[in-house]
Amino acid sequence: MTTASSADHPTRRDFLFVATGAAAAVGGAAALWPFISQMNPDASTIAAGAPIEVDLSPVAEGQDIKVFWRGKPIYISHRTKKQIDEARAVPVASLPDPQPDDARVKAGHEQWLVVIGICTHLGCIPIAHEGNYDGFFCPCHGSQYDSSGRIRQGPAPANLPVPPYNFVSDTKIQIG
Amino acid sequence: MSGPSDFQPSNPALQWIERRLPIMGLVHSSFVVYPTPRNLNYWWTFGAILSFMLGMQILTGVILAMHYTPHADLAFKSVELIVRDVNYGWLLRNMHACGASMFFFAVYVHMLRGLYYGSYKEPREVLWILGVIIYLLMMATGFMGYVLPWGQMSFWGATVITNLFSAIPYFGESIVTLLWGGYSVGNPTLNRFFSLHYLLPFVIAGVVVLHVWALHVAGQNNPDGVEPKTEKDTVPFTPHATIKDGFGVACFLLLYAWFIFYMPNYLGDADNYIPANPGVTPPHIVPEWYYLPFYAILRSIPNKLAGVIGMFSAIIVLVFLPWLDSAKTRSSKYRPLAKQFFWIFVAVCILLGYLGAQPPEGIYVIAGRVLTVCYFAYFLIVLPLLSRIETPRPVPNSISEAILAKSGKAAASIAVALVAASALFLGSLQDARAEEGGPKPPANKWSFAGPFGTYDRAALQRGLKVYKEVCSNCHGLSYIAFRNLAEAGGPGYSVAQAAAFASDYKIKDGPNDQGDMFERAGRPADYFPSPFPNEQAARAANGGAAPPDLSLITKARSYGRGFPWFIFDFFTQYQEQGPDYVSAVLQGFEDKVPEGVTIPEGSYYNKYFPGHAIKMPKPLSDGQVTYDDGSPATVAQYAKDVTTFLMWTAEPHMEARKRLGFQVFIFLIIFAFLMYFTKKKVWADSH
Ligand code: FES
Repeated sequence: MTTASSADHPTRRDFLFVATGAAAAVGGAAALWPFISQMNPDASTIAAGAPIEVDLSPVAEGQDIKVFWRGKPIYISHRTKKQIDEARAVPVASLPDPQPDDARVKAGHEQWLVVIGICTHLGCIPIAHEGNYDGFFCPCHGSQYDSSGRIRQGPAPANLPVPPYNFVSDTKIQIG
Repeated sequence: MSGPSDFQPSNPALQWIERRLPIMGLVHSSFVVYPTPRNLNYWWTFGAILSFMLGMQILTGVILAMHYTPHADLAFKSVELIVRDVNYGWLLRNMHACGASMFFFAVYVHMLRGLYYGSYKEPREVLWILGVIIYLLMMATGFMGYVLPWGQMSFWGATVITNLFSAIPYFGESIVTLLWGGYSVGNPTLNRFFSLHYLLPFVIAGVVVLHVWALHVAGQNNPDGVEPKTEKDTVPFTPHATIKDGFGVACFLLLYAWFIFYMPNYLGDADNYIPANPGVTPPHIVPEWYYLPFYAILRSIPNKLAGVIGMFSAIIVLVFLPWLDSAKTRSSKYRPLAKQFFWIFVAVCILLGYLGAQPPEGIYVIAGRVLTVCYFAYFLIVLPLLSRIETPRPVPNSISEAILAKSGKAAASIAVALVAASALFLGSLQDARAEEGGPKPPANKWSFAGPFGTYDRAALQRGLKVYKEVCSNCHGLSYIAFRNLAEAGGPGYSVAQAAAFASDYKIKDGPNDQGDMFERAGRPADYFPSPFPNEQAARAANGGAAPPDLSLITKARSYGRGFPWFIFDFFTQYQEQGPDYVSAVLQGFEDKVPEGVTIPEGSYYNKYFPGHAIKMPKPLSDGQVTYDDGSPATVAQYAKDVTTFLMWTAEPHMEARKRLGFQVFIFLIIFAFLMYFTKKKVWADSH
């Protein structure tokens, strides 16, 4: 295929081939972007993930409620004195995922525990007020969380996460 | 591609696979060393363009299906939300919707090329028949896809087309019920159409494989219609055909991108921006442009069953083409008479397409009948007769000889095409618009028109004010959320401003834990509420006519531009029929009904409204809304501002579309040039 005419300008010819190939590669890669980006949450989904407000006044001591935020269940427990004491009595160093109780609740509102109710093992929903530690029990593979939502026993590696929230008033929180 | 491949990879791992599954050999022999006639012209690149488009439709379709809801109550909304909320959803939807048109455009060129150069003749009959099957599958797929957005045209198109089957004697009604899965077109119909619309493209891909297989057994036809004899007649597929096809695809992409980015609604019907309503039929039910010739044939036969048979035979006749035309010479290049009749046939098809879009009355019906006869005469009389009486010019001995003898013969066929096209122009200058009567809305200057158009932010903000103070008393904006007000390309409000605007509204929410509905302040994620709890209440409050939702009004109310104009519109990108219409109607009220016009009780005279009797009282008067930016408080200004605002509500991402379009065009032009020069280099060695 190589004839005199094309062999005369090997560099020009190569440049053309490389430039065309590069342009095709760049164009192809850029064209991929919308096809991938469409899988991300759409604008209405993102907007629906805005913060929510929860009124705590109807939740009596020892009770808990479940609310949903961004499709995830959030447990809000009104802890009893006993539960708080139990949570604070445990030596932090002995925990699989060491974290003191006061890092998991808001100062001045120790009776309120707000956690994302999703087991850190494989994502099942633990049951509140169950298990050996006065906290949460995940029936799937037997993980046990204490009254601070910290992992105590079972395969889960980490404590139940605390979602971003703050107190708008004494009886109202905003999650998100 | 006959016999086992002698391809042997050097890598031992590849050799191991190749011995067990000789797929690399298959690819190598079919797409690398495969001998391609070296005289192929650019009409042959449409095969590659079609493969590309099929891939594109499947890819974008699979993605759209991830966001689409095939339910009669949700389908329309889900399509709107794809366009508004999904990342690049507007782009993917345009690619798919315009892609369907591009696919059909390419397939028509491909078919006509086959017709002109006799590609259906021995030994390629099976190849041709497989092609007809692909075309039929494409028609079914395209039709069902058009139904999915569940707009007015979708719904009524589905009703009309499925009712075709009721023409079948004895079983017709039962077949139609079977197709519908109900007593009428409804949710089960939509569901099954979605399922089949997803399935059929893969069936098409399967038949395409057979089509390509048959092609590679028989070998490609070529413009001279002589089989390659020696090595000198062919070039290897790669790089020669590959790069040429690549260049063809790059040029085609320019056309495709023109539609995607600048004319996305050019080929669609405005009525499909109105949600399906089983109680109201649009004035004219028109299929997509690519079915129009067949639709014209259907309508020109005054008997229901005969019409349906006529329409289907118009396609089925293609199957018999290899036997209807028994001329020994393949290519029309060497058949002086066949060549002329071919171009007449093309003109007949285009004219039939034009008639298919016109109302079936008067001269159109007569013309339709004449052309239907011409259409069938071409296949059943002209071609069989020509093959007996025509004396073809001598065919070159070989392809290489033909290349050497090449001269400016192409000019002749271009001249014929031009004559046919200008005949088209002259033949239909009497405009179909005349029969609707009344003045056409005047064309306005809009800031958002043209390839670089942007919304006038101040006009959007004023328009929002007019909407809120005037229009929102009767009309909702159900596809616009308050958060949209703070998005790029919109009225330019901040997030906090949008939230504050939202909190002025009372939104019905619930039920709460007690099971009660309650009212709360609006949030950015909420949509503009409708002033009425439901359609019935809206009707009751407005003398029987429900005020339409305004989110899509500028798209749903565009008017047809008639024959010569729509051709210019393609180049000038005139897409502002909708806003021109809306703003004209807002200003078209006249207190005094002109002489000789009577309008029904309870309606008002409007110069621009079709029929002139509009149920909506004059909504705007001078000084009604106060502007704080010093713009004149006149009806003309209000109309302009609120129309701009409604244009934005119909397409919040218009600016992004035009901006990306510009970048894509720059890239494609550079790329096409690079491809062209590379192609020249590759081919330089083989001439
Ligand atoms: S998911 Fe909870 S223990 Fe496995």
